[in-house]
Amino acid sequence: MKTYEETLYELALADERIVVLTAENRAAIRGMPEKLGARFIDVGIAEQTMIGAAAGLALAGRIPVCHSLATFLTLRAFEFVRTDVGIARLPVKLVGGVPGFLSDGNGPTHQAIEDISLMRGVPNMQVFCPADQVELVDMLPAILKSPDPAYVRYNASKPIVEHAPFSIGQAEIFGDGTDVALLTFGFLLEHVERAAELLEARGVGVRLVNLRTLKPIDERAVVRAARDVRLLVTIEDHFRTGGLYSIVAETLLAQRLTAKTLPIALEERWFRPATLPRVLEHEGFTGEKLAARVLWALEEQARR
Amino acid sequence: MSTSHAELEGLALRVREHVIRLATDGGCFIGASLSCTDLIVHLYRQVLRVTPATVRDPNRDYLLLSKGHDVPALYGTLVELGFMARERLSLHLSTEDSIYWHPNRAVPGVEFHSGSLGHLLSVGIGLALDTKLRQAENRVFVLLGDGELDEGTIWEGLLVAAAKGLDNLVCIVDRNEFQANIRTEELTPLEPLVAKFEAFGAKAIRVDGHSFAALDAAFATLPLAPGRPSVIVADTVRGRGLPSIERRADRWFANFSRDEIEALLAELHGAAQATLHSETLVVR
Repeated sequence: MKTYEETLYELALADERIVVLTAENRAAIRGMPEKLGARFIDVGIAEQTMIGAAAGLALAGRIPVCHSLATFLTLRAFEFVRTDVGIARLPVKLVGGVPGFLSDGNGPTHQAIEDISLMRGVPNMQVFCPADQVELVDMLPAILKSPDPAYVRYNASKPIVEHAPFSIGQAEIFGDGTDVALLTFGFLLEHVERAAELLEARGVGVRLVNLRTLKPIDERAVVRAARDVRLLVTIEDHFRTGGLYSIVAETLLAQRLTAKTLPIALEERWFRPATLPRVLEHEGFTGEKLAARVLWALEEQARR
Repeated sequence: MSTSHAELEGLALRVREHVIRLATDGGCFIGASLSCTDLIVHLYRQVLRVTPATVRDPNRDYLLLSKGHDVPALYGTLVELGFMARERLSLHLSTEDSIYWHPNRAVPGVEFHSGSLGHLLSVGIGLALDTKLRQAENRVFVLLGDGELDEGTIWEGLLVAAAKGLDNLVCIVDRNEFQANIRTEELTPLEPLVAKFEAFGAKAIRVDGHSFAALDAAFATLPLAPGRPSVIVADTVRGRGLPSIERRADRWFANFSRDEIEALLAELHGAAQATLHSETLVVR
């Protein structure tokens, strides 16, 4: 399996315009300083300066790929992202580490669970949410080729499915059940896949939609899911406000459609910091807990 | 406020044991916690006007951990001094308590949460301003990391603290010479640090952060200069107490095995250096 770092390095070799930046977070790009030389720039723990400098580099024709933890990149530097990158519509690529539940034991200061909401609120910003390292690597050429700014919810987990070829704004769909559609993105795919198996074993027909790109969203996949199944389920490690549930609601309303929907997200609170398996258990995002919540919603629906 | 240095050494040793024990089952920022263990122990025994009975007293002194990931050293101190029940440390990284890699106010003695660098100097300025408004005697101590000084908010805060004449504000810099995994002077040089703080309007001094005698002298007369914020730059060693991890760039965050923890505890008490296999080169 090719890594994110190897792929980024190959792309940088082929395109002189690519520069790799970090605000002293080298977890995903450890070998880069040595290999890339002066085109690797570590500004220290100064996220706002990194984004301002990225805007300057992009203004001069470069394609900066900026690394930091997702919270500091999208929150601390937000006004620089919006004002320097957004208003000028510069091709700055933001790669946010340990987004969502992946910040495990760090606590609320490190929980990027409003990042999608913020980033999709910047005009022309694309938002990518890879399910694993293979998908991340598949996406990378398209992300760097696009003339628009982009935010990537970095995730290099091990893949559990074979992916369809990647194209911006196109979801990946598994199964054609007509009882429920499980809509998700990012590392949660693994757990949602497990939930799908459990539901199928209980005789529930499942369609699993891995959205991959949250902006632009695959409107057709969302609308078809809403039309074809009895219950839509959005599953995200993000606040319910502004993330996938909001995107689905906006998409359907624009088509004058409505659907019975179960949003599974974080509601008006930060999650309990702990090791990742404990977080998933506590917050109800293991395959077993997700399946139980969907079954309960289906039963509730049947009783009405 | 006149604890013997031998007693302080003993206390610091027990606090370091707590820190080491937290570096397993998910791990903790061990290197960055051991560098400021002596500073925190000294503050609680010799400087801060706060006890378990006065953690909510409006006239207490405040200690804010701005770098945040050094919280194991604070928790060890709070346990040893009776602020916090020892059993809570066994709930580290569980969902049953609020004991994780960064501070949470659910623990008595923790004044504010942190983890995002460069926040608590400004929060400390707010507390110091309130103290001035009340014409009260509280002092506000902010423990900063040296890598944290990269953040622009630190320097904004210093300008404001000097402009407002906040001589009840004391910044302590845990000068362990490391960012996460890189030496500060290799990446973004900070020196001459004392001159920088002075240029921003504070009164600054430099001290050996592992010498209780030197720390006694540094904190003996506060503020360091009337009408100005004080900055005490404490030279420290990351991983202090464990030669196998001292000054090692890759020993910032660590998640060791139980066996490694036992070997490190022995090393702390003078045994040979522990042989460490666990991968620790992780930037959080």
